[in-house]
Amino acid sequence: MEHFNMALVNWSRAQFALTALYHWLFVPLTLGTSFILAIMETIYVKTGKDIWKRITKFWMTLFGINFAIGVATGIILEFEFGTNWSNYSWFVGDIFGAPLAIEGIMAFFMESTFFAVMFFGWNKVSKGFHLTSTWLVAIGSNLSALWILVANAWMQNPVGMHFNPETARNEMVDFWAILFSPTAVNKFLHTISSAYVLSAIFVIGVSAWFLLKKRNLVLAKRSIVVAATFGLITSIFMVLTGDESARQVYNVQPMKFASMEGLYYGENNAPLVAIGFFDRTPSPTNPNSKEWAAKFEIPNMLSYMATLNPHAFIPGIHDLVHGNEAHNIISYYDRIKMGKLAINALKEFQLAKKAANDSTAKTALKTFETNYKYFGYGYYDNPHDLIPNVPLTFYSFHTMVGLGFWFVLLFILSLIFALKDKLLQKRWLLYLALWTIPLAWLASEAGWMVAEFGRQPWVVQDYMPTLSAVSNIDHTSVMITFFLFAVVFTVLLIAEIKIMLKQINQLKDGGHK
Amino acid sequence: MFENLSYIALQQYWWAIIALLGGILVFMLFVQGGQTLLYTIGKTDTEVKMLVNSLGRKWDLTFTSLVVFGGAAFASFPLFYSTSFGGAYWVWMIILFAFILQAVSYEYRTKANNWLGTKTYDIFLFINGLIGTVFLGTAVATFFTGSLFSVNAMHHSFWQSAYKGLELALNFGRYATYVNLSLGLAVFFLARILASMYFMNNIDDETISQRARKIVMKSTIPFLIFFLFFLINVLVMNGFNYDPVTKVVNMESFKYLHNLLAMPLVLILMLLGVVAVLWGIYRVYFAAEKCGRKAVWFTGAGTIVTVFSLLLTAGYNHTAFYPSIYNLQSSLTIQNASSSQYTLTAMGYVSLLVPFVVAYIWYAWSQMNKKSITKKEMEEDSHAY
Ligand code: HDD
Ligand code: HEM
Ligand code: HEM
Repeated sequence: MEHFNMALVNWSRAQFALTALYHWLFVPLTLGTSFILAIMETIYVKTGKDIWKRITKFWMTLFGINFAIGVATGIILEFEFGTNWSNYSWFVGDIFGAPLAIEGIMAFFMESTFFAVMFFGWNKVSKGFHLTSTWLVAIGSNLSALWILVANAWMQNPVGMHFNPETARNEMVDFWAILFSPTAVNKFLHTISSAYVLSAIFVIGVSAWFLLKKRNLVLAKRSIVVAATFGLITSIFMVLTGDESARQVYNVQPMKFASMEGLYYGENNAPLVAIGFFDRTPSPTNPNSKEWAAKFEIPNMLSYMATLNPHAFIPGIHDLVHGNEAHNIISYYDRIKMGKLAINALKEFQLAKKAANDSTAKTALKTFETNYKYFGYGYYDNPHDLIPNVPLTFYSFHTMVGLGFWFVLLFILSLIFALKDKLLQKRWLLYLALWTIPLAWLASEAGWMVAEFGRQPWVVQDYMPTLSAVSNIDHTSVMITFFLFAVVFTVLLIAEIKIMLKQINQLKDGGHK
Repeated sequence: MFENLSYIALQQYWWAIIALLGGILVFMLFVQGGQTLLYTIGKTDTEVKMLVNSLGRKWDLTFTSLVVFGGAAFASFPLFYSTSFGGAYWVWMIILFAFILQAVSYEYRTKANNWLGTKTYDIFLFINGLIGTVFLGTAVATFFTGSLFSVNAMHHSFWQSAYKGLELALNFGRYATYVNLSLGLAVFFLARILASMYFMNNIDDETISQRARKIVMKSTIPFLIFFLFFLINVLVMNGFNYDPVTKVVNMESFKYLHNLLAMPLVLILMLLGVVAVLWGIYRVYFAAEKCGRKAVWFTGAGTIVTVFSLLLTAGYNHTAFYPSIYNLQSSLTIQNASSSQYTLTAMGYVSLLVPFVVAYIWYAWSQMNKKSITKKEMEEDSHAY
């Protein structure tokens, strides 16, 4: 194994995780609230009732506060691929750079242009142009989600490319394959719907607080109707796309799937562990350890969910590492061997090219191409380094899914009581709605933990391990920027929350009813 | 249509787009320039508020221009993206931190319970104004003066200075540092000129117009000194030439002057750009009442065209646009640093969106500017910063 500066790798990962998780605190609220605003303003323009304008403007203020910090945390991610993952940037830049650029040209300009109109244009432009601007902000922000998620999906399921040994990088050969890969489509749909759900919960939760305090009653009740309807529709969509996402993971990242489910040994008729607690971090090298302290299973469910066949065989971590001939699974040991062949052949090819030795170059190229599929494995000697953090992935996944079902229920209850105008009497529901706000963020961040920790050690599945993706810099620099980001973002986050709470607290819309 | 272009034509096309984005970015830095003038031009709270709100409608566009510049560079010249950002780590980090601080400051500065206080956010804006202009200008100058890095056969790049880019602005033992800094300072003063013109255009207030006009007058001389120092140096310095067949990089005396003479169109553009910049300034000097409002358009367009032609000079005519003075052969050219032909073609289609984007920005901007910012509006608008 080549020598890697693990301190650098770890600080770089920590910094990326920190900045991405921070960015994701604000992005989903932007994605969803922008649509909720657009719906509210549409009602205002249709009915001409002033109350709807006030409702729109109130949520718009909160939107603006959140948007600013979303933008602040986004810029670093855009450049971090260059500053901290520069080897990655060359290896896949030919494919990965494109969605990032398209995102900027298509989406960010749209957002920032019409954002200014939406905020400051109330008395400057016509009602129609203003409404259009609000919709364009929503469309623009959701387009930005599309392109970045296409980029992320490609890392999980690299398609539409070909490795060029002369330039030592992957080159794009099929743009549409990248855009419409099933991973990308599912990821996009699931992520935006989860963002809508989060925003709906935010609106309902804040409104519930108004109702508990007996303030701004009209605004709160109407907001709940809009948000609960929006939330109910999108949450069903979220559950369906989440289910489909899991199937995609099963197909392209079986190791991540096994970790999500805590499945160490593959089996037919695999049951789904709906609720489970690990006894201690078990390892496949130590097969006699007790894996579960407690668990609640649904028989055959896992086989059914992954393949739509309740009796199918689902490989576990052990099967992937050691191989399973009966089910045509190539062991990680063999993959590592083939990966090393590919890496050496590439070096040979480059040397032979330099020496203008065509026949050697040709045989080297052939070896390289037959083994390229497992290129990334060649960086490792021990297959156990290729297993992600199982408990973390498992708990994150189950937290997300469990909360997802609760959110659906919350929307149903809110909508029923809102339509019957009984919300004020159901104080328990109002309290639950209020306390669900942080849970929405928890579920959302947990989703990314599943996606990103579950795919370790890969940045680009099977081709590029995280440790070979970093920039060639000293780890102290990265450590310092890590702490700078931690401090700056935390300070800004506290300021944001304080401002937000104040805005909510000081709203006096009158309108008792 | 892009399929029919040769690889080199695509590379040149994309370099032109990058150059154009660079030009737009430098023009849009007027927001940063304005942020350094809040308390120079604004003496009362209302005046400062008018200035902030005038800039506040545009800051996100500048920010986005920077982001798009980064994204487009990544997509079209990934080796430049990985070498420069990963190498000159501290330069870019400092720039990014300055922009992070800016992004929240407009929205939060006057909001109740903003924790840090208005003054702090205004200081953030000032920091961004200073660093954003000086550092970005300095970074652009390195396209001519070179940096310290090497690139290996796997295209992994290694920065060869422990200061991670800071040496480009702080190594005073090297003559090129002064050239770099002079462009940084020229951009700084130009941004202040542009900002003042933008205020004259956008705010309906006699006192502010008068003060802005004074700033234009005060900034012109330093701007000219720094800019001419930079330009003359570029024209007489040794440049980084490469052989189109063997791809070997070598030093050529008067390289950039040769480039301009070899590409008369670029030369003409550059002259036109400089004249437009000066013409805008001239109008503020001598016909401020009548023409001051429009000055920003001349100087702004002139800025875009000048930067555009400067960057073309750095990349066309077999010139290494991101030269390495550590290892000449590691220098980046539009040929060895670009994406594949397929990607450049696909991105070519995406670039067709640019005129459309410019059109709607223009439309929205003019709709919003139909009514200038006034004191009255500041008092009434609940969303004002
Ligand atoms: C409010 C947040 C939220 C909620 C309640 C759910 N999800 Fe989710 N989920 C996300 C927010 C999210 C996310 C943040 O959007 C993720 C992270 C990465 C991604 O693509 O979407 C995600 C990822 C993600 C993944 C991993 C995809 C990958 O690794 O590429 C799977 C398999 C699911 N989800 C499945 C579900 C299921 C079956 C749910 C059932 C209710 C569910 N999620 C609810
Ligand atoms: C905004 C939502 C996202 C969140 C919350 C998130 C979360 C994370 C986390 C927690 C890690 C650290 C994993 C580890 O240390 O092992 C990580 C790593 C990474 N993610 Fe994401 N991610 C997000 C979006 C993306 C997207 C959209 C991309 C690509 C476009 C991406 C690319 C990467 C890369 C390159 C790494 C570094 C390598 C690694 O350590 O895995 N992430 N992300
Ligand atoms: C790791 C990859 C990511 C990068 C490089 C990135 C980059 C950026 C940048 C540069 C901005 C500021 C844009 C501006 O100038 O206005 C931004 C904002 C935004 N990003 Fe991200 N982002 C990433 C992850 C994500 C993900 C995963 C999503 C959505 C699913 C997302 C959605 C948004 C949205 C909606 C905004 C607009 C403002 C806001 O955040 O509230 N981003 N992002």
